[in-house]
Amino acid sequence: MAEAPAKTTGAPVLSVQNLEAWYGESHILHGINFNVNAGEVVTLLGRNGAGKTTTLKSVMGIIGKRTGSIRFNNEDITRTSSDKIARMGVAFCPEERGIFASLDVRENLLLPPIVRPGGLSLDQIFELFPNLKERLNSQGTKLSGGEQQMLAIARILRTGARFLMLDEPTEGLAPVIIQQIGHTIARLKSEGFTILLVEQNFRFAATVADRYYIVEHGKVIDGFANSELQANMDKLHTYLGV
Amino acid sequence: MQALYAQLLVGLINGSFYALLSLGLAVIFGMLNIINFAHGALYMMGAFCAYFLLNLAGIGYWPALIIAPIVVGIFGMILERTMLQWLSGLDHLYGLLLTFGIALIVQGVFQNYFGSSGLPYAIPDELKGGMNLGFMFLPIYRGWVVVFSLIVCLATWYLIEKTRLGANLRAATENPTLVRAFGINVPRMITLTYGLGVGLAALAGVLSAPINQVRPLMGADLIIVVFAVVVIGGMGSIMGSIITGFSLGVIEGLTKYFYPEASNTVVFVLMVLVLLVKPTGLTGRAA
Ligand SMILES: Nc1ncnc2c1ncn2[C@@H]1O[C@H](COP(=O)(O)OP(=O)(O)O)[C@@H](O)[C@H]1O
Ligand SMILES: [Mg+2]
Repeated sequence: MAEAPAKTTGAPVLSVQNLEAWYGESHILHGINFNVNAGEVVTLLGRNGAGKTTTLKSVMGIIGKRTGSIRFNNEDITRTSSDKIARMGVAFCPEERGIFASLDVRENLLLPPIVRPGGLSLDQIFELFPNLKERLNSQGTKLSGGEQQMLAIARILRTGARFLMLDEPTEGLAPVIIQQIGHTIARLKSEGFTILLVEQNFRFAATVADRYYIVEHGKVIDGFANSELQANMDKLHTYLGV
Repeated sequence: MQALYAQLLVGLINGSFYALLSLGLAVIFGMLNIINFAHGALYMMGAFCAYFLLNLAGIGYWPALIIAPIVVGIFGMILERTMLQWLSGLDHLYGLLLTFGIALIVQGVFQNYFGSSGLPYAIPDELKGGMNLGFMFLPIYRGWVVVFSLIVCLATWYLIEKTRLGANLRAATENPTLVRAFGINVPRMITLTYGLGVGLAALAGVLSAPINQVRPLMGADLIIVVFAVVVIGGMGSIMGSIITGFSLGVIEGLTKYFYPEASNTVVFVLMVLVLLVKPTGLTGRAA
């Protein structure tokens, strides 16, 4: 693998090379390689258990043992603690959403600290997700699944982070809500956010992604651009078993 | 009737100490997942700190009320940084053994220098004397302890349940990994939380000095009852520890009046009953 290019306008926002990761004794990632360029939406596809979530958590710095190289804006963050990574402008929306039961919606929304200027204001967030405004005083986990997902995305938009990692944001949601989340991602992309997305639902991914990487057994085994999607359809069906 | 009111007052005072101590234990348990057996020893250190301030530096009760919790809180934070932090993720048993060991060492050191008898600590002039309430005579210092403890407990409740900082704390209690991934320095928050819990214990120690004298084992005796209070109330809720603390003090006081033979055991009997019916405690959630 070539070294990540020097810090020019073309340098990737995120560059992951030969990433390996472990949960305790179990070796989960065996060599993950991919890049995300500024302003792109890149999607990791792969079957359940392939290692997509573990990849995002490694980038976020919350997997205990990780080796290889993770560079964010050309800074090595392979061994950096997760609070520092967050303060560099990386925001994470976990698969299980991580809404806090002991916090109301407002507290959940205000929990992540502002890490840099330029985040969405509360008014902009309520414009994107009008439901949240009406539920501000409800307990976080009393919201519906869709509202919880909106809250989980909304709260990281306030922080000013320009690089978002969204882990299966459409999982288990109704089509109309999936559509709303799709619009949100498209809007964020048009505003220049860089997004690393994990999806099982590649119909959904196809509506927003610029590029795809296929994860299997803890490795990135393939990658292609959205324009090559049709040409890769057969391979994709084999990879994903759909 | 006079005797009943007197016992009720004693109950409220004991309840104040139970509440301050079990509140600290609950806050510490929530964040560190450690049952802090050193709590009694740190309470004692609070009282000794006030004693030293007065006798070595001539610093009186009022400044001691602020200085002692800070000094002992810093001592607690050093314990957390150097020892307790390494136990995160391990079984409760390790934290229990370590903090119990710390308690024995601290109490041993103080006993070595001060023996087991009590050292006097005078009631501050402003709070000397008493008030005739008509139905009973109220020593002012005792009334002050009850009122001030209640205010401190409610302020702590407010801090944790109603402020931004408290929201961070509650969130970190639920899911420290995610809170840290949002950019919040959770390890530092854990250290400060331990300092807060320990500071509350030290404050209780200062409050108790004029009532119970200052003794190396003052905390060892009290903490056994406080743990029973915590088991009854459950570790889960801040308000729960406050209410349970005060209530059990009052129940103890009532028992002293109506059936004195049982006054030392009533809390433990209640604890057994609660354990049989609701093992997580009255306000607790499952671990
Ligand atoms: N906390 C954990 N402890 C041990 N193994 C885990 C843990 N989380 C996930 N795994 C294992 O790691 C592998 C990859 O999981 P994950 O990254 O969640 O996959 P994906 O997100 O692609 O579905 C799976 O085999 C899973 O069983
Ligand atoms: Mg996953």
